[in-house]
Amino acid sequence: MNPNFLEFEQPIADLEAKIEDLRLVGSGSEVNISEEITKLQEKSITLTESIFKNLSSWQISQLSRHPLRPYTRDYIRRIFDEFDELHGDRTFADDAAIIGGIGRLDGKPVMIIGHQKGRDVKEKVRRNFGMPKPEGYRKALRLMEMAERFRMPILTFIDTPGAFPGIDAEERGQSEAIARNLLVMSRLRVPVVATVIGEGGSGGALAIGVCDHLQMLQYGTYSVISPEGCASILWRSAEKAPEAAEAMGLTAHRLHELEIVDEVIPEPLGGAHRDYDLAADRLRKSLLKALDDLSAYDTDSLLERRYQRLVSYGNVATTPVDE
Amino acid sequence: MSSNSWLEKILPAIRRNDGEDRKSTVPEGLWRKCPRCDGVLYLPELERNMDVCPKCGHHMRLRARRRLKLFLDEGAQVEIGNDLVPVDRLKFKDSKKYKDRLTAAQKDTGEDDALIVLRGKLRDLPLVACAFEFSFMGGSMGSVVGARFVRAVDVCLERNIPLVCFAASGGARMQEALFSLMQMAKTSAALQRMREAGLPFISVLTDPVYGGVSASLAMLGDVNVAEPNALIGFAGPRVIEQTVRQKLPEGFQRSEFLLEHGAIDMIVHRHEMRDTLHRLLASMMHAPMAEQAAS
Repeated sequence: MNPNFLEFEQPIADLEAKIEDLRLVGSGSEVNISEEITKLQEKSITLTESIFKNLSSWQISQLSRHPLRPYTRDYIRRIFDEFDELHGDRTFADDAAIIGGIGRLDGKPVMIIGHQKGRDVKEKVRRNFGMPKPEGYRKALRLMEMAERFRMPILTFIDTPGAFPGIDAEERGQSEAIARNLLVMSRLRVPVVATVIGEGGSGGALAIGVCDHLQMLQYGTYSVISPEGCASILWRSAEKAPEAAEAMGLTAHRLHELEIVDEVIPEPLGGAHRDYDLAADRLRKSLLKALDDLSAYDTDSLLERRYQRLVSYGNVATTPVDE
Repeated sequence: MSSNSWLEKILPAIRRNDGEDRKSTVPEGLWRKCPRCDGVLYLPELERNMDVCPKCGHHMRLRARRRLKLFLDEGAQVEIGNDLVPVDRLKFKDSKKYKDRLTAAQKDTGEDDALIVLRGKLRDLPLVACAFEFSFMGGSMGSVVGARFVRAVDVCLERNIPLVCFAASGGARMQEALFSLMQMAKTSAALQRMREAGLPFISVLTDPVYGGVSASLAMLGDVNVAEPNALIGFAGPRVIEQTVRQKLPEGFQRSEFLLEHGAIDMIVHRHEMRDTLHRLLASMMHAPMAEQAAS
């Protein structure tokens, strides 16, 4: 089994391996081998299309954490003309699970903030698997307030299993750090566009996710708790994660139907990890469009619109009550 | 009670006290055992003592209405947002249907949802006070809690009066999925309006406050107050233990721990709650001091 492919991707992995083998043999330049390769490639596309046509919520959850999935840095490199990373919360530390800095999008200055996961074991540990501590959220807050001072729109990229549940995080006020970001983001006087590029894990995601335009990559997920966490609490078994994923409706399409998410960005066939450049290009275009749309509002109407969006979230009924 | 059994699972360190709460309303049981010191307490005396153990000072959990009754002045009180009731838009079903869990919680508690909001007075100072009903699905925050909280803020803004919230919650209500997460942003945004209007918000943290409620409105007080020995944190102790694989330090996530680490302003005994909050709010509102108000 190829560890870089998920279980349901294995048939594609097998086919791709076969094509690779043929390529190696085919260096001897025989015409019928290249024909064979083309045939297999077509077959691979058809196979991928059929597998990806009917993905379950659980499969999409797995895709959102795919080991090869592009992370914030992979997008920054491809989308922005420049990027200077800025470090530290000025109080305690620099949290590598959240990165941020000033960049240019189509020549215009923007503030970029995103969760960052690591690719190899060492980097995964250094970045704490993309789970920020309070200092990460406080760095993000510092950069957001700076963006406000210099009139730069803020673009955030969400990709975290959640805020880190640890002793040190609790000691330094994880709750307060998240809460304060929610409060301040609700009144930042610049446009904020948030994109869920992978996992949108609960409060740890929302803490950089209060925005004027919320978009998700097609195979991103956004939920109040991980499917495993939800399953182990409500079903009393983490093995019920597929059921929990389905019940919570954490996929981009479902959340778009529920009108929480404004836009779903289609991913390349087989997922963003199959074609980083194409995925980044689509994301770039959607960011440009979102900023362009938001530029129609002056600051006061932008803030009023953001507030009205926030208070509109939720489903309640009204019932007559006696005085 | 099964409706908040999920909470017991994440917070095993918290005593189960549904039974205790119920006992206090059952006439035949005249005695109750303190969960901390095991002292046997005479119920009428315990109630006179605001459910604080006369032997060891343990602050037992209070139902939301009792909490507000003990806090507000007697006399005119107006309930806010009680016309807002829950709906199960997602048709959420785990081992039970959310709809059935709601019905059971409503029957058990006599409340429609987990937040009660009253407009009233504190030593003649007009204000809005709200309290989480922990017996209602672990005081979890769903759309109704969020909507009622925003109503509470709206009334404060309209009347230029302060807000006090007694939090007791396991966090966001999973059965409302992402909608419940968004209540964190919604309630926090509302509190930002309080700040802009220069109106005080005092958050009182009572046992227990976790997750999405802790990481939003409950930590956003101009003044954060906790009752003694309450459990307060972002992640539950069991989740942390599983993540870091080490034993949690003594007193971890208790009010005293939070005070030491700078997360809250003060720990206030239940008997002192009215006086302390009135002192703070009266100063913040430039209202007369208590003695003057009383005369």
